[in-house]
This record gives sequence, C-alpha cells and structure tokens, in this order.
Amino acid sequence: MEEKNSFVREVAEKKYEYGFTTDVQTEIIDKGLNEDVVRLISQKKGEPEWLLEFRLKAFRYWQEQEQPDWGHLQMPDIDYQAISYYADPTKKSDKQDGPKEIDPELMKTFDKLGIPLEERLALSGTAVDAVMDSVSVKTTFREKLKEKGIIFCSISEAVKEHPELVRQYLGSVVPYRDNYFAALNSAVFSDGSFVYIPKGVRCPMELSTYFRINARGTGQFERTLIVCDDDAYVSYLEGCTAPMRDENQLHAAIVEIVVMENAEVKYSTVQNWYPGDKDGKGGVLNLVTKRGHLRGANSRLSWTQVETGSAITWKYPSCVLSGDNSQAEFYSVAVTNNYQQADTGTKMIHIGKNTKSTIISKGISAGKSQNSYRGLVKVSSKADGARNYSSCDSLLLGSQCGAHTFPYMDVHNDTAIVEHEATTSKISEEQLLYCNQRGIPTEEAVSLIVNGYAKEVINKLPMEFAVEAQKLLGVSLEGSVG
Amino acid sequence: MSAEQQYIELYQETKGMLCRHSAQPLNALREQAFEDFKQLGFPTRKVERYKYTDVAEAFAPNYGLNLNRIAIPVNPYEVFKCDVPNLSTSLYFVVNDQFYDKALPSAQLPEGVIVGSLKDAADTHPELVKKYYGTLARTSKDAINALNTMLCQDGLFVYVPKNVIVERPIQIVNVLRSDVDLMVNRRVLIVLEQGASVKMLFCDHAIDDRNFLTTQVIETYVGENAHLELYELEETHVKNTRFSNMYADQQTYSTAVLDNITLHNGMTRNRTDLTLSGEYAETTLNGLVIADKEQQVDNNTLIDHKAAHCQSNQLYKYVLDDKARCAFAGRVLVREGAQQTTSQETNANLLGSKEARIYTQPMLEIYADDVKCSHGSTVGQLGEQAMFYMRQRGIPYDEARMLLKFAFAADVLQTIKLDALHDRLNYLVDKRFRGELSKCEGCKMCK
Repeated sequence: MEEKNSFVREVAEKKYEYGFTTDVQTEIIDKGLNEDVVRLISQKKGEPEWLLEFRLKAFRYWQEQEQPDWGHLQMPDIDYQAISYYADPTKKSDKQDGPKEIDPELMKTFDKLGIPLEERLALSGTAVDAVMDSVSVKTTFREKLKEKGIIFCSISEAVKEHPELVRQYLGSVVPYRDNYFAALNSAVFSDGSFVYIPKGVRCPMELSTYFRINARGTGQFERTLIVCDDDAYVSYLEGCTAPMRDENQLHAAIVEIVVMENAEVKYSTVQNWYPGDKDGKGGVLNLVTKRGHLRGANSRLSWTQVETGSAITWKYPSCVLSGDNSQAEFYSVAVTNNYQQADTGTKMIHIGKNTKSTIISKGISAGKSQNSYRGLVKVSSKADGARNYSSCDSLLLGSQCGAHTFPYMDVHNDTAIVEHEATTSKISEEQLLYCNQRGIPTEEAVSLIVNGYAKEVINKLPMEFAVEAQKLLGVSLEGSVG
Repeated sequence: MSAEQQYIELYQETKGMLCRHSAQPLNALREQAFEDFKQLGFPTRKVERYKYTDVAEAFAPNYGLNLNRIAIPVNPYEVFKCDVPNLSTSLYFVVNDQFYDKALPSAQLPEGVIVGSLKDAADTHPELVKKYYGTLARTSKDAINALNTMLCQDGLFVYVPKNVIVERPIQIVNVLRSDVDLMVNRRVLIVLEQGASVKMLFCDHAIDDRNFLTTQVIETYVGENAHLELYELEETHVKNTRFSNMYADQQTYSTAVLDNITLHNGMTRNRTDLTLSGEYAETTLNGLVIADKEQQVDNNTLIDHKAAHCQSNQLYKYVLDDKARCAFAGRVLVREGAQQTTSQETNANLLGSKEARIYTQPMLEIYADDVKCSHGSTVGQLGEQAMFYMRQRGIPYDEARMLLKFAFAADVLQTIKLDALHDRLNYLVDKRFRGELSKCEGCKMCK
C-alpha cells in the first residue's frame, strides 16, 4: 500500500515537470492594447515602416471583429487589456553595448528543458531557435547552415537582414483578415523563426524552435514563416512549455509555410504548454493558426502534432493544395485530461489537379476533459482527380469526459474520391484483462495500449521527438485510470 | 422588407382569421410562437444547422395562403390512382394542409385508432392533442417550428391506443393543389401508446404546376414497446420548396424505422430530430436522394441518445447529377450516462457531373465512455472496374451506369420492410434513373 502511494505521489509531482519559472530580469511593457502599444512593439524591434503599417492594419481589423465562439470549448473571458504584449528577458539595463551574451539564468532554463543552446552540446545535430516570451534568445548552427544558403534565424532578424523575403511571404498564407486571433497576432507578433531553404537544397539537419512563456501576465504571440523553394527539403520541429501559474496565459501564434515546386516540408510539433492544475485552474490558452500553402507542382507538406498540454487548444494546421500532384498529410494525437479542452483538426483545400491528402487523427480523453476533432476537406471544381482519406479515432477513458468528431466535407468535383471514417470507443476489457493476466498493472496497461493506439502518428515523428511524445502520453494520462 | 417581416405582418393582420378556422389547442400556442419567431428570425447560414440552406431566400417570395379555408375543388381519388400495387393500404389524402374526409377507405381500422384531421381531433379529443401538441417541436429553438406553429390551422392526427396493432399499412398522400402560388403549413401529430404498432407511408405530390412552399412539422411519440415504421417519399416538381421538421421521441424497448426518400423536388430541407428517452430503444434512420437539374436537398439529422443500452443506425445515400447541390449533416449525441450505446452512421455519395456539389458532415458528440460509435462518409464515382466488367459483357455504357447507380441506391431500398412498397420503389427508382418521371398508368398526377 505504502509503495503504491509513493508511486502516486511521485507521479503527481512529476506531472508537469516544466512548471518552474526563471528568475531573470525581464523588460515588460505596460499591460493593455492600443495603437500606441502596436507602435511601441514595432519601435522596440526597430521595424521598417511597411511592417508597422501591416501591424496597424491588422490591429484596426481586429478591433472590428468579435472573438469566435463556434468551437466546442468553454472559453474563459479573455481580457485583452490585462495582458502585456511584449516581454524581453534578454534586455540588460546596465550592459547596453557589450557583446551580446546570454544571461546564465536563461541558459540554465533551456538546459533544464533539455534544449542544447551550446553547439558543442548539441549531439543530436539539431539547429535550435530558442524563444522566451517575446524574444528569440539564441539560434544555433547558423553559420553551418549559411554555407548551404539556408537562412534560419528569428523573424525579427529576418526583417532586418532579408526584408525582401519577409515582405514577399509574410501574411501571404495567413492574411491578417483570416480570423480573430490571426488578426491579433499580426498586430502584436513578437518573435518566432524564419526559415528559407534555397532551390535544390536539402537541409542537412532538423531545424527546431523552442518556445517558452516565462513572465507573468504576458501572452506569447510568435510568428513562424517557412519558405521552401523548388526541390528543397526541410524538417522542422517545434516544442513549447510554460510555468505553472493559476492564471490563463494567452498564446496566439501563426505559422505560415510556403512550399514550392517539388519541395517537401515536414513540420512536427510536440505541444506541452502548461495544462492547468487538476481542478482546471490556470493553463495556457493555445489559439493558433497554422497553414501551409503547397504552391508548386509535386510539393509535399506533412503536419505531425502531439497535443498534450494547454488548458484550451484551438488549432487547425491546414494545407492549401494549389500545385498539381501536391500531397499533404496530417497526423495528430491529442490527449486531454482533467479539465483540458481541445478543438483541433485540419483543413485540406484541394485546388490543383491530382492532389492527395491524408488525415489521421487520434483523440484520447480522460478525466473531465473535452476533446474534439474538427476538420474540413474541400475539393474545388478544378481539382480533378483529388483524393482524400480521413480517419479519426477517439478513445474514452472515464465516464465524465467527452470525445467529439465534426468533419466537414465539401466536394464539388465528380472525379474526386473522399473518404472519412471515425470511431469512438473505450479501451476494451479484453485488452486490459490480457495485460493484467500477464502481470502488467492496469495503469501501465492503459499507457501501453494508448501508446499502441497512437503509434501510427508517433511513428511519423523524428526520433527524439517520438521518445518525448511517448513519455508525455504516459505522464498526461497518469491518474486517469481506476 | 425582410423575409421575416412579411410573415410578422401576415400574422398580425390575420390572427383572428387563423384562429377562427382552427381549434383551441392549436391556437393556444400561436401567440408564443409568434413572439419566438419575431425573436429568432430566419436562421442565416451562420447557424450551424442551417449552414447549407438559405432559408430567408426560400421564404422571400410572395405566396398565397388559404387562411379562410376555402374549399379547393379536387377529387384526389380521381387524379391519384397509383396506389402501391399488391400493397393494400388504408389510403387517405391530405390536400394541401387539409385532411380529405369526403371519401374514406372502406376497410375499417382497429377500434380506437384515429386517422383524421388534426383540427377535428383537437375539437373532439382536446386532452389528447393538448398533451402532445407542440411539446417536441419547440418554437423557441427553431424558426421553422415557430413559423409553422404560428400559421398552421390543420393537418393530420394519427393515434394508436395501447397494445393495438394496425396490420394494414396506412398510406397518406399529401397533395399540393392550387391555382395560384401557395404556401402550406401542415402539422402532423402521431401518437403510439404502449405496445402499439403501425406502418405508415407518406407520399408528397404536387398536382399543379405552381410554386409551392410547404412547411411541415411532424411530432411523433413512440410509447414503451411500441413499433413505428414511417416511410416518407417526396415526388413533387422543381417548383416545390419543402421544409419538413420531424421530431420523434422513443420510450423504453420501442423500435422505429424512419425512411426519407427524395426522388424529385425543387428544394427540400428535412430536419429529423430523434430522441431515445427510454432504455433499449432502437432506431433506424435511412435516406435516399436522387437529384439532378438544379435540385437541392438538405437532410439534417440529430439522434439524441439520452438513455443507456440504445441502438441507432443511419444510412443516407445520395446520387447527384447535373447541377444538383445537396447536403447531409448527421449528428449523433450520446449524453452522459447513456452507456452501452451502439451507434452507426453512414453516408455515401455519388457525383455524376462536374457541377454537382455535395456537403457532408457526419458528427459524433459523445459524453459516455462505454459506447461503440462510428461514422463513415464517402464521395466518389462509379467504379471503373465494375463498368469495364459490364461493358465487356456487352452492356451499353448508359445501361451499365444506370445499373450501378441502381445497385448503389438498393442498399437503402433494402431496408424497407414492406415488400410491396419495396418492389414499388425499386420500380420508381429504376424509372427515375432512366430519366422518366414516375408516371403510373391511369394517373394524371405527375404531369
């Protein structure tokens, strides 16, 4: 009995291991949002006039809009005036002009998170862009990538160093008018990564961004832009964590991906924002717009996401398949426990001829959580020979949670084949009995079965991520059985 | 003037006349329905359940209404002779919204069974009608319900008492007949007491080549152990607009089979809301849509699993051609505590032309963990291999296509449990695919 208790305690303490805060001097601007704040952010980042204009246009549009409420979510009221829109942990008031050096506290934070900022430590061979609050802390391996002509830096730097590229592509996939949160992000976005892979280059290593919310009372509004030119290839990873706080923190990001002819982009996310405590207090509101535009013929894009964190997830990584013969994939595992809510899925918009898309979504709900898949497959009248296959499975652990599936299909072409199937069930007693019989305790058995269930998606992740994702699945579901 | 406004004004002007020509239980809900309608207005396409139908546009034109209940000269027995062969039914007519009582079928119904005018029933059995009328079709939630409740004056009432089994199927032919463009607000109330059983067939026809707009609200109560089979068949013309809201409530151990077949129409919107309130209830909901030209059909279903151990099955098939624009949205809701629910939903669609368009949206919303629920949806074309196989055997291209389409539709037709009706529908569907209107010998109805 005692042993069992100690195990439970261990798990309870372990539950969200990234919940610490870093005591680092952070410059935070005053709370509130108005045109002056937008100007201030732009000024702090030393942005050109056109970008300020873009922000202001977005801000004015955002003001006219209302927060959407169509998601299957109980959204707490968000007071947009009670959030600070810019927090810079790298700012040092005393050392203005010394060489740019990272605060050792910051280094420690990223070490704790297992993110190698020191290149010599990067055994995994992954280039990392680490973003804390509103600022990119450091981007590794830049020189090595530069040799190949690859640009991998924070978006603020890209605005200064490659303005023509940023100007050409920023907002071209997700226009600021796209939706409420996209407009908000376009007005106040702070940092994020910019990736440009030139023609014919295969990116030799995986690129990765690590996002961390640290400061209190702030939101994070990052913006990522990936452009993969003709015949190029890149695999991009994204991870995120936040401290445990009893307030809801807002995270409204935009990811835009442009894929040109014969190019391929793989985008993988392990989302582990703080999910709130077991009573549903606190947690990150993750309201994200992600979209890829497959512009060129034979282009390919694949989204893989493992969603375990956030109090609320509202996220639909989408693909616009304009290029002929382009292919898109969406693999997702979404786990919700306690009072978490997720409304996530994808949109596949077929425009080019012979385009193909695959959707595999696995939802796992436990505790008192609500987990929804919402997806759209649209085949336009020009998309001859379009093909889609969608499969959405939901697993229910516990009698108080909910699992929902809302697929939308809009087919306007008589040569298209669109298939969708969905199932909802619980873990079968037989499977559990089989494991128990062989001496595997129920909790472990559930973890085992869930991992098997999610395998199809996890297999698509790069190695290091797959290991992390598997562990996360286990941790997220601890305590949900019995 | 907005589309709502003309109905608001219409009601305000004709309130007295509406009530005079109706019965008290129906009049009792009118005022509240009016308030609700004013409040709701017509749903826009932003409302999830009306995403695929522009309601305001359908209600915008100016239609006449027969509020004064002027008798329209018609003898449906003369124009309608295509009774389902070999299926001896008790045949009744509803002309527009009025039950035709001039000549009733000779065969006697079992004792206590009522098939007749809703208005008359409300006068003769006010308690019965009051108890059920308007309790399922809430006016506060749906503008079509509100509009229908506010304007309807008559319709059909079917009552089967406890443990009575009606062997002979009841066939109701809804005839639209008018010399001017007409709006019809028909109301149907079906009550099956404990252990009762009835099979019904509703056929919608339009005699005249006029623009018709029909709103129909059907409320169905299926008591404990009761069994209901209800087949709805629409065979009207391109000038017909139909809004039908069907509500059914099933008690413990009851079973229901509801089929909805649209062979020919202009614009149709069928909403079916089914509640499984008692344990071990079973329900089967099927639909078949064959649409071409500029036909529009929007089937919107909700199966609400409130009690444990219930079963639901749904199968909807669409065959689209030309510029047809159709939608299917089926939501299965399993509430907390509705354990051991089994639910299956299938929607399959055939697109036969470049301009045809299909929206499909099967939805699962589940709040109980011990359930087995699934849905599937496909959009595709006729299989090339199957076509090749038939062409190889000398079957002409068009004939082969027709055969395959027919086989596709047959899945739904097979669920029809009345053999004679099943054969008859096979015949109608076959004709439909051949591009002929289902004209029957001796029948002047389908011009």
